[in-house]
Amino acid sequence: MRLRLEPGMEIDGFTLREHLSTGGMAQIWSVERNDDPSPDNDGVESIPKADFGSDALVMKFPMLIDSDDPIPIVCFETEQMIMPRLSGPHVPRFIAAGPLDPQPYIVMEHVQGESLKARLSDVPLPWAEVVEIGAKVARALHDLHLQKVIHLDVKPSNIMFRETGEAVLIDYGFARHEQLPDLLAEEFREPFGTTPYMAPEQVLEDRADPRSDLFALGVMLYFFVTGERPFGTPRGGQIRRRLWRDPVPPRAKNPDCPPWLQEIILRCLEVNPNDRYATAAQLALDLENPAQVKLTERAERLERDSGMKTFRRWLKARKQQPLETPNIVGQLSRAPIILAAIDLTPGTEDLAEAQRTLIARILAMETQARVACVNVLKLSRIAVDVLEDEEGRSLHVQRLIQLRHWGSGLELPKEQITYSVLEAVDPAGALIDYARHNNVDHIVIGARASSAFRRYLGSVSSQVVAEAPCSVTVVRTPRDRRQGE
Amino acid sequence: MGLRSAFIARMLIALLTDIHGNREAFSACLAHARSLNVDRFVLLGDYVGYGADPAWVVDTVRTMVNEGAVALLGNHDAAIDGSDEEMNSIAQEAIRWTRGQLGMEQRAFLADLPLVHEEGSVLYAHANGFAPRGWHYITDVMEASRHFGRVDAHITFCGHVHVPMLYHMSNTAKVGSFSPVSDNDIPLLSTRSWIAVIGAVGQPRDGVPAANYAVFDTARQSLRYFRVPYDNMTAARKVREAGLPERLAQRLEEGR
Repeated sequence: MRLRLEPGMEIDGFTLREHLSTGGMAQIWSVERNDDPSPDNDGVESIPKADFGSDALVMKFPMLIDSDDPIPIVCFETEQMIMPRLSGPHVPRFIAAGPLDPQPYIVMEHVQGESLKARLSDVPLPWAEVVEIGAKVARALHDLHLQKVIHLDVKPSNIMFRETGEAVLIDYGFARHEQLPDLLAEEFREPFGTTPYMAPEQVLEDRADPRSDLFALGVMLYFFVTGERPFGTPRGGQIRRRLWRDPVPPRAKNPDCPPWLQEIILRCLEVNPNDRYATAAQLALDLENPAQVKLTERAERLERDSGMKTFRRWLKARKQQPLETPNIVGQLSRAPIILAAIDLTPGTEDLAEAQRTLIARILAMETQARVACVNVLKLSRIAVDVLEDEEGRSLHVQRLIQLRHWGSGLELPKEQITYSVLEAVDPAGALIDYARHNNVDHIVIGARASSAFRRYLGSVSSQVVAEAPCSVTVVRTPRDRRQGE
Repeated sequence: MGLRSAFIARMLIALLTDIHGNREAFSACLAHARSLNVDRFVLLGDYVGYGADPAWVVDTVRTMVNEGAVALLGNHDAAIDGSDEEMNSIAQEAIRWTRGQLGMEQRAFLADLPLVHEEGSVLYAHANGFAPRGWHYITDVMEASRHFGRVDAHITFCGHVHVPMLYHMSNTAKVGSFSPVSDNDIPLLSTRSWIAVIGAVGQPRDGVPAANYAVFDTARQSLRYFRVPYDNMTAARKVREAGLPERLAQRLEEGR
């Protein structure tokens, strides 16, 4: 430290209050902001009031001077570059940053509460809690990846939760922004990250793949569900072992872990990023829809792979070459989630067919896309709904069967398609909420051009177009064209 | 960033270089920069050579200087009243043609331009900061290290190479390079030194015909590179009509 930090000390308009923590590379202090700078100075950006989270602030100082290690300062510079570019509920709000001389710092929102590290004393955790944590962290990671940033140091101590439930990812010292210089990679030739959580490609100094964060999340889920880290706490050259040695399957350590959860965790821990989930959004979708997880040999495994298989991976690992350029946006755009909003009313078969044709075309280009087929069972506002028909079959189940029939025409492997019947008074609102919650990239919805149908269907599609958080394609059929003439 | 610099009034500085007599590209960049309400213009040299409208460009630069812009000398500008011996044959032919297009006043204006301009810890130059009159190109990390070794400035803005590039040096003297993505704010951290090479307005060479320029935000200490599409077909046609070498017209069409 260049300055001796003490409570009451003022730095650039902030007053230090309390020393909250000291980590490996930084000290964190709670701070208060002094009076606003002169308001008539148009260069000043006043600090906006928080629209989420707290107004409390912390100041982070790197630990620089005590060692000759140049890495902490470069990590701090990386964080200073990336944090101002981030926004949304899954990151701490950035307030200000100060230069190297006399004392570098970052001021940011004080995310209240404790990090997930506090839960480590309770592992193994109940699997249902692990799943909930996993889905929240996966959604936060997807939001970060959409902002063109890979975290590259996902671990319990870097994850916090807002009171409203959203996961917040902290500490961007090892992160990579696709459109900013990667100072770490340009200056040093070594892997960066926290060794138990580091993805195989990170071990090979590849800092370009957003799916590295999914591997680290897999390590975390494994740890929470079994109480042990899948690759231990290796040192030195031992960190390369994960390139060929697979972990003991979670169910061998904790029989309570359901097969589908083991499937998800082991898929995250695949050595080749192409064998993992394509995006964090797709991972979140599986964590929240266990019945629709495609179970493979991974789900049943109770032992590690044989010596021969491991040996073959070892041979392959020796030749592994890192990727060159990051392609965060590209990776995400190849693997979108497409919501097919299907109307199952008799007389709309041609529309459903036209939607299927369009989705098949999208799938031909975006080969890792995932299709979420959704039908809305409209409830009436007043009456108590009769959700069983006269034969006693639940309407919900019946709709699901019809939806599956529609989806089977796409001939997709099970892991690429999910089916949901939503029950809602407001169909458009339900579709929009579903799209928002599941990070849907593209909604394909049918609509009739003719006035006879528009009263019901048209109003849904136009509301979806107006309010959806993503692209929307409205499909019509030749029949609508003819009627328009 | 932060409150320390927040007390400095925010100023947007547009950086334009290597205009090379390309009226269409220069006008498009100036209009773009004005639409962003930039506060100042700094022109990093090479107003003439290659393009068909050197006189118009020089007059526009003169007007801008009268209105407070900074304009530096480039090697093509220096060759108008100096030697063109160092140049390749196409550049030479263009310079000889350009001499006939400029009047005495325009030539005197170019001859009087300064080589470098310094403001606080920011240095502006056409080619480099270590030997500005040698017109040495900064095209790789080695040349950038040479510059950092001999120039104290925190940020150096220059042109001359025609292709945008960003070099930076850490406080442990390690130098890195970054090929900037346009329309994207890049913070020039105070913890390191920077050389921002601005791409050419009037003769882009990276395969994209659109004109280059950049805007520096003094309060945020961030730099944003832009690509501005312009009527390059008209500019190329005028090069042909002027009887300048065919290659110069092709370059504008292809951006390389």
